[in-house]
Amino acid sequence: MKNDTFTLGGKEFSSRFILGSGKYSMELIKAAVENAGAQIITLAVRRTNTKKKENILDFIPDNVTLLPNTSGARDAKEAVRIARMARELGCGDFVKVEIMKDSKYLLPDNVETVKATEMLAKEGFVVLPYMYPDLYTARDLVNAGAAAVMPLASPIGSNKGLATKEFIQILIDEIDLPVIVDAGIGRPSQACEAMEMGAAAVMANTAIATAGDVPVMAGAFKAAIEAGRSAYLSGLGRVLERGASASDPLTGFLRD
Amino acid sequence: MVHINGKDIDVAGQSLMDFLNANDYEMGTFVVECNEEIIHKEDYKTYILRDGDVIEVVQFMGGGCGTSLMYRSIM
Repeated sequence: MKNDTFTLGGKEFSSRFILGSGKYSMELIKAAVENAGAQIITLAVRRTNTKKKENILDFIPDNVTLLPNTSGARDAKEAVRIARMARELGCGDFVKVEIMKDSKYLLPDNVETVKATEMLAKEGFVVLPYMYPDLYTARDLVNAGAAAVMPLASPIGSNKGLATKEFIQILIDEIDLPVIVDAGIGRPSQACEAMEMGAAAVMANTAIATAGDVPVMAGAFKAAIEAGRSAYLSGLGRVLERGASASDPLTGFLRD
Repeated sequence: MVHINGKDIDVAGQSLMDFLNANDYEMGTFVVECNEEIIHKEDYKTYILRDGDVIEVVQFMGGGCGTSLMYRSIM
């Protein structure tokens, strides 16, 4: 288990917990990253506010890989613009493509996402596209040069868990890239289940940012993700179609 | 007028560097885009703002997934 790592864009990661940095007070981000043991954290690109001088980068430990997202983009062209600006900020080539056209459900536009992934991969970005878990789109993303695929579990920020479980399983079974389950994971048990299914990693933000105790919940997710990964590597025990099977060979001995 | 981060500002003729300094932008924390093209730091002094320019000055902020459509502030 010591060497159980996964690779994105040539970088090796031992933590399988990608943390989002939205909705926290700045002071809590550092504690959340540390308790999560996260090696990757997502960020957004926004207009600079010169009155409020806080710089989020001051609150993120140096050894953490930054994964800027393109949230706010409505099409591939806007996503590419945001990704270029993020790279110009000088924090590497990683980008999480997010393209949404509606703010009610925040569902990703798979067609535009494939276009943006292809354009950005050609420019040398390490592209992690947020996507609706559709096999054909996932294959298109592989061909477009994605470094991983990030299917949603349920609507962003909903904390509703693995609503798309069957379809994520298909991607895990069929796609030769890391599958990182993103969006909607609300509890450690759901993160654990995604890892048991064979996901390469889980991303969470709202579940931690809206928890009663942010650092404690970050630690709970870390433990759950590690447990799920171990279970996957072990192989789960079998399920009986019907009936029971004693795990104790001495069952009933008082009557024998 | 120059359209900067969504506001029309009367700074045409100034250099981009003069505008940034006068408005308290902290060097090294942001990126500037003009008419959808990035302006590199070394060009701030020589870039003269023109009437009709659309400028975006952006930086990193907290974000996970889609957090921003609610607060859509660029694009």
